[in-house]
Amino acid sequence: MILYLARRLLGVVAVLVAIAAVTFTIFYVLPSDPAAAACGKSCSAERLEAIRAHMGLDQPLWRQFADFTTGILTGRTIGSGPYALNCDFPCLGYSYENSQPVWDLLVDRLPVSASLALGAAALWLLLGLSAGVAAALRKDSLTDRVLMVGAVAAASLPVYFTSVMLIYGLIRVAGLLPYPQYTPFGADPLGWAANLLLPWLALAILYAAMYARQSRSSMIETMAEPYIRTARAKGLPRRTVVVKHGLRAGMTPVLTLFGMDLGGLLAGAVITESIFGLPGVGRLFYGALSTGDQPVILGVTLLAATFIVVANLAVDLLYAVVDPRVRY
Amino acid sequence: MSTISPPSRAGSGPWRLARAELRRRPSVKVSLVVVTLFAVMAVAAPLLSALGGWGPEEFDKSAVDPYLGGLPVGPLGGVSAEHWLGVEPVTGRDLFARVVHGAQVSLLIAFAATAIVVVAGTAAGIAAGYFGGRTDSALSRLMDLTMSFPSLIFMIATMSVARDVNRIVLMTLVIGLFGWPGIARVVRGQTLSLKHREYVDAARVGGSGPWRILTREILPGVAGPVIAYTTLIVPGMIATEAALSYLGVGVRPPTPSWGQMIAESVAFHDTDPTYFVVPSLCLFLTVLAFTLLGDALRDILDPRGSRA
Repeated sequence: MILYLARRLLGVVAVLVAIAAVTFTIFYVLPSDPAAAACGKSCSAERLEAIRAHMGLDQPLWRQFADFTTGILTGRTIGSGPYALNCDFPCLGYSYENSQPVWDLLVDRLPVSASLALGAAALWLLLGLSAGVAAALRKDSLTDRVLMVGAVAAASLPVYFTSVMLIYGLIRVAGLLPYPQYTPFGADPLGWAANLLLPWLALAILYAAMYARQSRSSMIETMAEPYIRTARAKGLPRRTVVVKHGLRAGMTPVLTLFGMDLGGLLAGAVITESIFGLPGVGRLFYGALSTGDQPVILGVTLLAATFIVVANLAVDLLYAVVDPRVRY
Repeated sequence: MSTISPPSRAGSGPWRLARAELRRRPSVKVSLVVVTLFAVMAVAAPLLSALGGWGPEEFDKSAVDPYLGGLPVGPLGGVSAEHWLGVEPVTGRDLFARVVHGAQVSLLIAFAATAIVVVAGTAAGIAAGYFGGRTDSALSRLMDLTMSFPSLIFMIATMSVARDVNRIVLMTLVIGLFGWPGIARVVRGQTLSLKHREYVDAARVGGSGPWRILTREILPGVAGPVIAYTTLIVPGMIATEAALSYLGVGVRPPTPSWGQMIAESVAFHDTDPTYFVVPSLCLFLTVLAFTLLGDALRDILDPRGSRA
C-alpha cells in the first residue's frame, strides 16, 4: 500500500512536470510575445529589450522552464538589480495585467470555484445516481424509459443554453431567486447557498444526465453478476442486495468519472462562471485570455491539471474502500 | 419492438444482423433522419443559401428597425417570405443562411476532429494491445498523460494565444488531440482479447507478418466497437466546438458557427427569442440525434458494452 502510494505520487509529479513543460512550450512556440504584451502600445526598442531581460525571455527555453519550476518549488527572484522582484514560494510569476502574484490571484478566486463545483457535484450525484439506479432496477419499465429519455435530452443541452433559460425562467419571469451575487460562505451561509443555487442547477442538470446514464448501465451490468444472484438466493432482503452488494461494485466506473469531472471543475467552470458573473478561477482565466496575461493562463492550467491528477489519485485509493475486491 | 423475429436467412453476416436490428428501433430512424438532414444542410450550404436569396454575411438594413435598437421588423424575429428563419438583430443578416453555413463549419470541425481521434486512437490501441510490452506501457502512459490534461482549459488557452493561423484547422487539431485515449483504451482491450484467438494464431503460423495480421485479422474484429464509439464521440466534438466558439476563441466572425451564433444571441434571448432559439435548437438536435444513434450502435455492435 505504502509502496503503491509512493509510486503513484511519483507518477503525479511526473505528469505535472510533463503538463507544465507542454503548456510552457506551447506559449513560446505559438507566435506571441509576452514582453510586447507587458510593454504596452507605446514601447521603445530599448524598453522592450529591458523587459525581455527582466522576464528572462533572453534565456534559452529550457533555462526559462527550469527557472519556472524552481520558482514553484522554492520561490525565486525575478529580474535583477533595482527591479528585482522577490517571488515567494510557490511562485507562478506575476500577472502582466495588475502585477499581482499569480498564486495570490488563484488563492483569492479558488473559494468561489470550489463552492460552485462542490455544491453542483453534491446536487448532480444525488439526482444522477438516484435516477440511474432507479432506472436500472426497473429496467425497460415506463420509469426507466422516461428517465433515460430525459437524461439523453438533458445531456445534449449545452450548459450556456440551460443557464440562460434558468436565468430567464427562474429570475426574470418567476422572480424566485436573486441574480447570483457571490457571497462568501463564512459571511452568510444562507446567502451563499441562495446565490449559488442557480449556477449549481445549471451545472448539475448537465452532469446529472451523464451520471444517470453511466450509473444505469453499470448498475445493470453489476446486478447481472453471479454474486448478486448468490446474495439473493441466500435470502437477503432486496434492499441489502442493492445497497450493499450492487451499489458498491456498480459505482466504481462512476467514481472514475467523478474524479475527472470534479477535478476539472474545481479549477473553474469557465462558461458557467462567466454567464453567472461568479468571480472564480474560470472567470480569472477568461479575463486573462482577452488581455493575453500568460502567467495567469499558465497558472490556471497548472492548477487545473493538479486538481485532475490529485482527484484521480484519490479515486484510485477510494476504490479499495468502495470495492472490497480491489487491493493494493 | 415486441416481435423479435429470429434471424431467418442462413448465412446472415454480423453486419446484416446489425442492420436488421437497427431497422427495428424507432429512435434510430428518427435520429438518422435528423443527422442526414443536418449533414445535407452542411454540404449544400452555399446552394441552400442561394435558394434563400441571401448570403451568410450579407447585411439587410431594411429588415431591422433602427428605432427599436435594431430589432428585426415583423413577427418572430422577422420571419418572412424573404427571410425564412428571420434575421439577426442590428445587422439584418439572414438567419437561415447563417445557420446553414454554421452547420457546415460546426460539422466540418466535428467530423474532422472525430476522424483524427478515431484513426489515432485505433492505431494506438491496436499497437498497444498487439505488441504489448514496452510499446504498450509507453502508449498507456501517453494515454494517462493526455487524460490528465485539463482539456477544455488547455484548448481555450491554445486557441487564444494562436494568432495568424487557419482557425478551423487549428481547432480541429486541438480538439482531436485530446479525444484519442478513450477510443484507444477500448480498442486496446478488444485487441488483447483477440490476439490469441485461433484464427489469429492460424494466420501467424501461416506466415503472415504483423502488418497483415493487424489489418486483416485484428482490425475487422475491433471495427464494431470502433464504429459505435465513433458515433458517440461526434456529439462531444460538436459540443466542444460550440463551447470554444461560444467563448470567442473558435472561428472568428463573420464566419458563422453555431456556438458563436448562440453567444451573440444570448443578449437578445428575451427581446428576440427566435434568434436565440434557432442555433440552440440546431445544436441540441444534432447532439441528441448522434447520441441516440451512438447508443443504439453500441448496444448492437459492442459485445462487452452494456446491452441495455
